[in-house]
Amino acid sequence: MSLSAKEKVIVKDFFAKVSSRSDEIGAEALARLIVVYPQTKSYFAHWKDLSPNGAPVRKHGITVMGGVYEAVSKIDDLAGGLLTLSELHAFVLRVDPVNFKILSHCIMVVLSMLFAEEFTPQIHVAVDKFLALLALALAEKYR
Amino acid sequence: MVVWTDEERAAISDIFSKLDYDDVGPKCLSRCLIVYPWTQRYFGAFGNLYNAEAIMNNPLIAKHGTTVLRGLERALKNMDDIKNTYAELSILHSEKLRVDPDNFKLLSDCLTIVIAAKMGTAFTPEYQASFQKFLSVVVSALGRQYH
Repeated sequence: MSLSAKEKVIVKDFFAKVSSRSDEIGAEALARLIVVYPQTKSYFAHWKDLSPNGAPVRKHGITVMGGVYEAVSKIDDLAGGLLTLSELHAFVLRVDPVNFKILSHCIMVVLSMLFAEEFTPQIHVAVDKFLALLALALAEKYR
Repeated sequence: MVVWTDEERAAISDIFSKLDYDDVGPKCLSRCLIVYPWTQRYFGAFGNLYNAEAIMNNPLIAKHGTTVLRGLERALKNMDDIKNTYAELSILHSEKLRVDPDNFKLLSDCLTIVIAAKMGTAFTPEYQASFQKFLSVVVSALGRQYH
């Protein structure tokens, strides 16, 4: 499953449109991840404050969303463009790839919540594919 | 035995109380068919599914979306025994409809996204957690009679 040229345009346009609220999207998505899927807190045990609206979670959500935007800019070569991030996730963070899927779901729930009119089924499928390919690129260096 | 907290029951009731079945049902099913096109395999007799617009305007799909969502009401009314409430529906999906149970999860993800669109920020993380727990119990019950 790869992105068609049309889908790449859809993804780039949509993320550009919502970019002014990207921090909010990231913070909200990560908050949801740890509330809806409490097992994901295991990756953040070193934080003193694991409350969904606390500073560490919100700050990290912003960081993660920054990564998503970086991937959008490298949409033509995700594996190559995200090499460093992949190495980080593979050798340092060692996040089980199943979590990429559930974070993608949380991101899309937030997009749907905040941009109900814009997040049409056609945009949903393109974004879903993009996030799945992003996850694949992140797992590139795992083994 | 599924244990529901008072907060979870309240959240799930609240979500369903605000639900317009004739709107959310069609939106949910058509979104599933668009986002996960392989699910169209079960709808060969439903007419034009050629593209997203056709799917979203297809009256048979819309009607069926409402039917599916009404099915969820049964679980809502029998939250303490969804497993047995759904025994018959599970056999139907397994023996007659022959739906791959993985598809139930795809449809429930689409439903979550449609509900999020309708409720906006009222769909809090806690509401999402309760709702997804409810849906996973339903999905599990639906898959139970498969062999």
